Amino acid sequence: MVLFTIAEPGLGRARQVIRRKRAAGIDLGTTNSLVAVAREGKAEVIADVHGQRLLPSVVQYRADGSHVVGSDAMSPVADATIITSSKRLLGRSRADITYQLPYVLDASAQEGMVRIETVAGPVSPVQVAADILQSLAERAQTESGGELDGVVITVPAYFDESQRQATRAAARIAGLKVLRLLNEPTAAAVAYGLDKQLQGTIIIYDLGGGTFDVSLMRLHNGVFEVLAIGGDSALGGDDIDRAIAGWMQQQAGSSGMTIEDYRQLLQQSRAAKHALTAASTTTVTIGSWQTQLTRDILHQLLDGFIETTLKACRRVLRDAGLTIADVTDVVLVGGSTRTPRVQQKVQEFFGRAPLCSINPDEVVALGAALQADVLVGNKYGDAALLLDVMPLSLGIETMGGLMEKIIPRNSTLPVVRAQEFTTFKDGQTVMTFHVFQGERELVSDCRSLARFELRGIPPMVAGAARIKVSFQVDADGLLEVQAEELTSGIKSSSVVKPSFGLAEHDIVDMIKASIESAAADKVRRTLRERQVEARRHIESLQAALQQDGDNLLSADEKHKLEQVMQELAVAATGEDALLIERLTESLNNLSRDFAGRRMDAGIKAALAGQRLDSLGDKL
Amino acid sequence: MAILLTENAAKHVASQMAARGKGVGIRVGVTTTGCSGMAYVLEFVDELNAEDKVFANHGINVIVDPKSLLYLDGTEMDFVKTGLNEGFEFHNPNIKGECGCGESFTV
Repeated sequence: MVLFTIAEPGLGRARQVIRRKRAAGIDLGTTNSLVAVAREGKAEVIADVHGQRLLPSVVQYRADGSHVVGSDAMSPVADATIITSSKRLLGRSRADITYQLPYVLDASAQEGMVRIETVAGPVSPVQVAADILQSLAERAQTESGGELDGVVITVPAYFDESQRQATRAAARIAGLKVLRLLNEPTAAAVAYGLDKQLQGTIIIYDLGGGTFDVSLMRLHNGVFEVLAIGGDSALGGDDIDRAIAGWMQQQAGSSGMTIEDYRQLLQQSRAAKHALTAASTTTVTIGSWQTQLTRDILHQLLDGFIETTLKACRRVLRDAGLTIADVTDVVLVGGSTRTPRVQQKVQEFFGRAPLCSINPDEVVALGAALQADVLVGNKYGDAALLLDVMPLSLGIETMGGLMEKIIPRNSTLPVVRAQEFTTFKDGQTVMTFHVFQGERELVSDCRSLARFELRGIPPMVAGAARIKVSFQVDADGLLEVQAEELTSGIKSSSVVKPSFGLAEHDIVDMIKASIESAAADKVRRTLRERQVEARRHIESLQAALQQDGDNLLSADEKHKLEQVMQELAVAATGEDALLIERLTESLNNLSRDFAGRRMDAGIKAALAGQRLDSLGDKL
Repeated sequence: MAILLTENAAKHVASQMAARGKGVGIRVGVTTTGCSGMAYVLEFVDELNAEDKVFANHGINVIVDPKSLLYLDGTEMDFVKTGLNEGFEFHNPNIKGECGCGESFTV
């Protein structure tokens, strides 16, 4: 029931006047970037004043301090540096860059993120991204008639925390409010799901300019659920261009190219690749040398890359426990999926024609725009709720170094889970929570995320305190862990970024390790559990003996109990889980009678000196 | 067509208007926000609009615009106390569904 108060004139009405908020979806790509805006559930890519929808992710920095973004930046002029594909440098250090670049990195910055040498001084990849974002935002603002209230920017599914942070930083520099970073394949699913009401199990195969992502998603009643993700954060059309350029250099026997020559060679390689989409052969030249590049040669250069992508598809299916037969649709995303050879190989692999009805260059931006529209608060029809997943399980360490999983892997986000724990020792007033991420049974094999303490627990016997530990992960993957002692209400909490520093291969390795060592882990877990159980029994029995042992037990009974207790204490330090279990059991049986007598004695003490009528009130 | 005030509600409106020192009545209306479609508007009125309907209840003018009246016809406004909270409550016979919190409704 809601109760109302009377408001001043106009205040109550004010709620009626709500401006439709302006939001845009931005696909910040390695080669090309796009911006789209949604209206009434329909998204549209915004073109520039010349009608160009794709904005080449190219920025030219000039000696006079000015810069140019997009296709105008691609033609070389004097006193300028052209920067392409800088997305691959976002959040990366020098050590991460193992391939040839058509520009020079600032040699002085060995630590931290790379900086690019330009005629206008060193520029960070974040600044380059910010300049591109700024240019896209201007398009959207012109189109929607004012400042944007928020944007959704897409990132490759496997961007690690530092790459995501770098993307957010770029948006901040460009003066944009990021509603959410959305995984590119997820955005593609949004575009297809909302526009076509697709249902089933879907593979999103996204081969862009610089990254390959594969996502296995389930669409059900307009709800998206990511089942598994995989891919390669350094594989894309650029690599194909480099392979073609390499082949040409090798054929022509040329070496020692200048940076400008190599840049032109790459441009020629890309043009040749595009030409071979329709033609079966094309002419390529280096200086006076020239030859024919045929489709067959291109296929030879391509097949290795394609095989790598299909391997990742296989891995993702295995990860989700599915087979190719379970896949109902395959969606192609990214300009490189226009290559006929890619389409052919994907079709062969999945045994079905892939979907490409939405422009593969635009599908990600369109999905992002739809999400942005929902997130900014504009509602239309049944706006789809988008679910992302936790890549690895989250849990806390319990006695004996065990991993108690609270949020299992692949839980859809946002998620809240709680579990009750209790104290281990009598009079325990402090409890330490150590938060871990990983799939293994022992915390020593998982990754530590955070540690915090709950202090001021009222002293109670072991096991009497009720401590509720809740894990909450919001839609951005931010984890908040809170511990609350329920009888006293005292609380403590910690906020962590669960994916911090975990790169793609770390996640894959951790999952693989958990599958391989599942059996061994289970044995170790059982042993640890028995050990902890045994020690808990001993502690409580010792306390009881000290208090009542002499009053309630004969010397013989007491001796027998102490003997078994001693045996168990020794066994609990060993590795024989069965022996520990047996001794715990017999100690339990032996002490049952003692426990009964203690309870009787307790009741007697409580009743002593009380009259029956006064007890009536209490019972 | 009518909007009703209980005697108790009228008493509270009268005392609140006296404390405010001005106004010709209270406006009851609906607006299209909230998680279930529509929400109530309740405010003091200093000036009437041309199209407003006025219903007198226990000496209090209840003012409604004709559009809102379509959704509110037959509504009774009461003043209730529950626990530590007190305030006005709407009993609207036109409601088909309410959102979980009761702040908004559909007709």
